[in-house]
Amino acid sequence: MTITTEVSPQSSDSQGDKIFWWNDPRIRGFILQGAMLLAVVLVFSTAIYTANSNLDNHHNARGFGFLDNRAGFDLAQALVDYPKDATYGRALLVGFLNTALVAVFGILFATILGFIAGIARLSKNAVISTIAMVYVETVRNVPLLLQMLFWYVGVLQVLPAPRNSFQPITGSVFLNNRGLFIPQVSFTGMTGWGILFGLVLGIVAAVIMSKWATARQLRTGAQFPAFWVGLALILALPIIGFVITGANYTTNFPIKSTFNLSGGMRVIPEFMALVLALTLYTGVFIAEIVRSGILSVSYGQSEACHALGLTNGQTLRLVVIPQAMRVIIPPLTNQYLNVTKNSSLAVAIGYPDLVYVGGTVLNQSGQAIEVIALWMLVYLGTSVTTATLMNWYNQRNAIVER
Amino acid sequence: MTDITSPSTRSLGFVRAELVKPLPPPANLVGPVAWIRKRLFSTLPDTILTLVGISIAVFLIWGVVSFAIVHATWTGEDGDACRKNLDGACWPFIGTYWKTFVYGRYPIAERWRVNCVAAAFVLLLVPLAMPSVKGKLVNALLFIFVLPIFAYVMLGGGIFGMPPVETAYWGGLTVTLVIAVTGIVASLPLGILLALGRRSKLPIIKLFSVIYIEFWRGVPLITVLFMASNLLPLFLPDGMTVDKLVRALIGVTLFTAAYMAETIRGGLQAIPKGQYEGAMALGIGYWRMMALVVMPQALKLVIPGIVNSCISLFKDTSLVQIVGILDLLSTVQSSATDARWASPTTVNTGYLVAALTYFVFCFSMSRYSQFVERRLNTGHKR
Repeated sequence: MTITTEVSPQSSDSQGDKIFWWNDPRIRGFILQGAMLLAVVLVFSTAIYTANSNLDNHHNARGFGFLDNRAGFDLAQALVDYPKDATYGRALLVGFLNTALVAVFGILFATILGFIAGIARLSKNAVISTIAMVYVETVRNVPLLLQMLFWYVGVLQVLPAPRNSFQPITGSVFLNNRGLFIPQVSFTGMTGWGILFGLVLGIVAAVIMSKWATARQLRTGAQFPAFWVGLALILALPIIGFVITGANYTTNFPIKSTFNLSGGMRVIPEFMALVLALTLYTGVFIAEIVRSGILSVSYGQSEACHALGLTNGQTLRLVVIPQAMRVIIPPLTNQYLNVTKNSSLAVAIGYPDLVYVGGTVLNQSGQAIEVIALWMLVYLGTSVTTATLMNWYNQRNAIVER
Repeated sequence: MTDITSPSTRSLGFVRAELVKPLPPPANLVGPVAWIRKRLFSTLPDTILTLVGISIAVFLIWGVVSFAIVHATWTGEDGDACRKNLDGACWPFIGTYWKTFVYGRYPIAERWRVNCVAAAFVLLLVPLAMPSVKGKLVNALLFIFVLPIFAYVMLGGGIFGMPPVETAYWGGLTVTLVIAVTGIVASLPLGILLALGRRSKLPIIKLFSVIYIEFWRGVPLITVLFMASNLLPLFLPDGMTVDKLVRALIGVTLFTAAYMAETIRGGLQAIPKGQYEGAMALGIGYWRMMALVVMPQALKLVIPGIVNSCISLFKDTSLVQIVGILDLLSTVQSSATDARWASPTTVNTGYLVAALTYFVFCFSMSRYSQFVERRLNTGHKR
């Protein structure tokens, strides 16, 4: 009774206990957010205003009209036609494609190297696991830029001049300080299309065949050599396409003259240095991801497989790797994005990627805002697209819990 | 029963009274021989792998040893000796230039000031890194607030009778460390705020934090540095200039803060909800709840992550050479192009020394982070 009388005088004391409006968390939240919004708007508008007046003072041009101006600089590597009178826009497109090319090759090789090194580090063989460990610990503690410069300045530029080229395959592959020269095969007439058609058909047939093989195995238990048959389909159909379209092709071998090599396909040393450094550097991080992914699958899973009579290979392929992939894939895509972003270091060795070309355009045209906005657009676009795909994948492959 | 235990029966000896000591395992199952057989030559493919691996290792180790030691040039007044010997490292170049690698173009008479800053840095960092030393809060505050001011005054000079030294003269390892340490120290508070912002229930704060973090994480550091050196002057009132090094520092800090925020957010997510609820039940406000209850636990959990950010920032400082700041790597490079010393092996020797320097710093940081991880025993978390 006494307690209730003590607690009850809410009505009489309410004047003193009144919650002031500035102590209300909702109102506080509104004020805080309003202040934040105001601050951001203020900072941005001041910056834009200052930039505008600065640009006016210096009579700088604005807008993306400069993309139609003539570039007038040469690029060491162009995947699309890049004539002498090309525009800035064309140059930036060449740079973008070069970035994409390096990223694709870097990702491909780094994935292969990373999986090999990651599995090697878990090997029972002491020599193999030690080599993998030393590789990981050394390469990941040295800056990528230093590695890139080492490959470019320290290794590729001190190769012999073209007339003393290394010839790994005499007469057709040349390696010198101007790059790697390899024979070029080009298909003429309908042959190129025939091969392409055969390849697409082969891939489609292989996918259908593997679906059928899985369905049959689930129904009857009988196994089908899906991998080998699929490989045969993917290899054989393009060859058939090649033969029935008349097998028209020309080869273009690099030819050595007194001072230089002509013909063939040239892989520029900047590209080689970039891909080499990106591969070795990213391979380390992928190796660590693969290792932790495989270790994350509990050993009981392997024991259960052995108890069921699966072989080591089957255990790995059917049970361990599918579960490890769930852990591996999200950080792996992060590394792929890192390769794309790190390829911008190309600017240090003069490989004409997006940042290198953009930097030249920026210096020539002085339109810093537009060039940097283009960079951001490309890199952010890649990141956001990948992140969206990743979220979709994660939702699809999340462990279904009871 | 008595018969069996009686002495006469026991002497017949068909039943042992005590267990026989176990025999040692067969010689080929223990010891070095068994280890070699099991870990190197267990099967035929394994043997092939071992032999291939050993030959690769010998090839690489011999390559490094022969370059750095066996065929190296050890003495010489200038590059002539190195130009004659193209098989080995050019150590006299390092002997001549190592001080430049450390101090850059900092005036020789003033280099004691760099040493003072380095000494203060070590004196504050070592107790901060040792878990057993007390007074972490005071130490951290000194490190975060006092050390940068001290370093700025000492390195920049201009007061207390110290002649001013412009940042254009700072260089080498000094600048690398200045950028790395400033980047970490300045991005930590910013990262904490962003991490809190991203977990905030206020939609606008959360939105801004998410946009900030995802923006900086999505772009390469090089474009950030280009932005800092080309765009920042454009957004400042006419006539106001910002030092080149400061511009790079701003870029690096804003960039690192986004990564730091994600690391710290990981720590915040690992704190059980009960901790927040307990603090609220005690009637503590938001900021005191964060400062006194949540952050001390969260930051402790993410020390390995913060150290990893330090490692990648330390490596990324090498990119500032692209906006024309002479850090360790670019000092090494420009020294190697000195006409007196230039030779094909000079630059590689320089790269070797720079790589070793970076390696020593990064490797010790990663060992430290593993030590903390073991000590905090957060190994079960993924």
